[in-house]
Amino acid sequence: MSSRSTGETGLVQLLDPEGARVTTPENESYRERVAHVKGDDLRGMYRDMLLTRRFDDEATALQRQGELALFAQSRGQEAAQVGSAHAMAPQDYVFPSYREHGVLHVRGVDPVDRLRLFRGQDHGGWDPTEHNTHLYTLVIGSHALHATGYAMGVQRDGLVGTGDPARDTAVVVYFGDGATAQGDVNEALVFAAVNNTPQVFLVQNNQWAISEPTTRQARVPLAERGLGFGIPGVRVDGNDVLACYAVTLEALERAHSGGGPTLVEAFTYRMGAHTTSDDPTRYREREEEEYWRRRDPIDRLGALLRAEGEWDEVWAAGVEAEAEALGERLRTEVRALGAPPTAAMFEHVYATPHATVADERAWLAEYEQADEPADHETATEATR
Amino acid sequence: MTAQLLAPTTTPTGATTLTFAKAITLGLRAALAADDKSLIMGEDVGRLGGVFRVTDGLQAEFGEDRVVDTPLAESGIVGTAIGLALRGYRPVCEIQFDGFVFPAFDQITTQLSKMHYRSRGRLQVPVVIRIPFGGGIGAVEHHSESPEVLFAHTAGLRVVSPSTPQDAYDMIRAAVASPDPVIFLEPKGRYWSKGEVDLSAPPAPGILDTARVARPGTDVTLVAYGPTVATALKAADALAGEGTSAEVVDLRAVSPLDIPAVVASVRRTGRCVVVHEAPTVHGVGAEVAARVTEEAFHYLEAPVIRVGGFHAPYPVAKLEHDYLPSVDRVLDAVDRSLAF
Repeated sequence: MSSRSTGETGLVQLLDPEGARVTTPENESYRERVAHVKGDDLRGMYRDMLLTRRFDDEATALQRQGELALFAQSRGQEAAQVGSAHAMAPQDYVFPSYREHGVLHVRGVDPVDRLRLFRGQDHGGWDPTEHNTHLYTLVIGSHALHATGYAMGVQRDGLVGTGDPARDTAVVVYFGDGATAQGDVNEALVFAAVNNTPQVFLVQNNQWAISEPTTRQARVPLAERGLGFGIPGVRVDGNDVLACYAVTLEALERAHSGGGPTLVEAFTYRMGAHTTSDDPTRYREREEEEYWRRRDPIDRLGALLRAEGEWDEVWAAGVEAEAEALGERLRTEVRALGAPPTAAMFEHVYATPHATVADERAWLAEYEQADEPADHETATEATR
Repeated sequence: MTAQLLAPTTTPTGATTLTFAKAITLGLRAALAADDKSLIMGEDVGRLGGVFRVTDGLQAEFGEDRVVDTPLAESGIVGTAIGLALRGYRPVCEIQFDGFVFPAFDQITTQLSKMHYRSRGRLQVPVVIRIPFGGGIGAVEHHSESPEVLFAHTAGLRVVSPSTPQDAYDMIRAAVASPDPVIFLEPKGRYWSKGEVDLSAPPAPGILDTARVARPGTDVTLVAYGPTVATALKAADALAGEGTSAEVVDLRAVSPLDIPAVVASVRRTGRCVVVHEAPTVHGVGAEVAARVTEEAFHYLEAPVIRVGGFHAPYPVAKLEHDYLPSVDRVLDAVDRSLAF
């Protein structure tokens, strides 16, 4: 096993695992970049991470109760997601994979809508244009190309390097360590590099692609993957929300100004299973999980807030109450999400009428209508 | 190349004679001129004008941002086209040869075809994928394939193939204008054939859904599309010499199939032979036969007969004349139908 790809070397870090500020010559530019992030901003990030975790817990419980077909937790990755999402401008466009619940929370995507896919009620769940946040993509790495093409469109729209922070636009695409092995991600890096797209590739290296460790995907730190494509790479402590924010901010500044794409590797850990379908105890050690539990991103920021006198008990109680309300809402509203009408399976297959769809839709409607009396008769017989 | 060099030859009657390839070029040119959000992307489409020169001169006229030479990565071409479409652009991708579309197959079938559906109509991906397809040009492996059924089997895609220069000109414009993704199959063996084209023809959006009767007849219906329409027409000529009147229906679209047009023809003739280059097994002919049997059973004088490729990889060029549906094989099928 290569220690080079799994080791925590070369990480940008602003908070150590105990929540103390890290002051090194190497991180000076990042410290300056986030010098303005204080009190309310830090508490806001804490709140977002806490609500994301509560979302995870409730969704996992709902899956265990049979209310969701599947769920993919973001537990442990809250700092990488919330920190990076806080760095974005509203006009920036996000392409998530499928566990970016913290990113979607920050982007304002409704929590119930985020679960429609997992409920089997919708293949999407929200309006991407409303939040500048694309739908989840389940085929690993496919969306890296969509993000690159979208960024090529942003370039053509003349929204790069305008100097106007309200207009300059970038695209952020999230994927995992496993996806870096996919051809599509590598092709996306090629297209992004040669087109100098306004783009951030944000790899959340959570150490495990289902049961396969990162060492099965790469022999070098993933951030170094960018170099061969001519794309700068940055490695950041993914459990340090402040560092994730700073590093993404730098990458977005580069993208907005016309400096091109950046590959960010957020070195983090998936505390839960890949999805509710797998069992991590079959493939990883308890010691490893304990090690990462001590590096928890939420605890880390909480410790900083306490150490710097920014912790406010009234505020903390308010956040807890908000989390309780979120849980209650998910339990109630997700259970209420029924099946769409049968005809919905034929809607939006095409943007314009298609004879085959129209024929089959009409056939099924007729069949179901003809079938109703038969069902009724059966039901009547059964009650006799 | 300047725009002037693209100008077609106009005959004294006002009709314009163009090769099939040039008709597509001018259709693309019209599409680029009509909508500045449209763009062409692919390998070698710029200065070279594509390996078949279909995009010849377009980069010089519209610039490198509208006619884009891409890296050699088919999944990348289609995947970035999807992203461009999500941003409001109308990309036309060129895949260099039929056998090279498979690296992009995942993007086409799992992403492009479903984006409108899973966004509940909130997102549109008006991407056209042009693929020179089919055989008969003596090419090497992977350069002569007929993958239309693989796409037609995927909901969300429209799959079309023109058979004349006029249709090529009209259909490529309709494809670029379509809000749906379109797999545009260009019969490469027909690229150099000529025909009259009315360049002032108005846009015809319905052309992507509608079959046409290429030749009327009364005794047997020959169903074809793309490259085999010419084969069917030659067979009809030969049959006319034998006193048999064959009607040739050009499907134009493989998805959706214009079944009413085929059924209407079969009800007139009572017999049906389907001709395509792709293997007959699980093919378009199988679908046509099933639909005709369901909807015109009592009109049929004989079973629907299929003429097409075999369940073998596309053969070496020295054998493709045995693989492709020839006029003789079509005539043999018609004889079997008439003798039933």
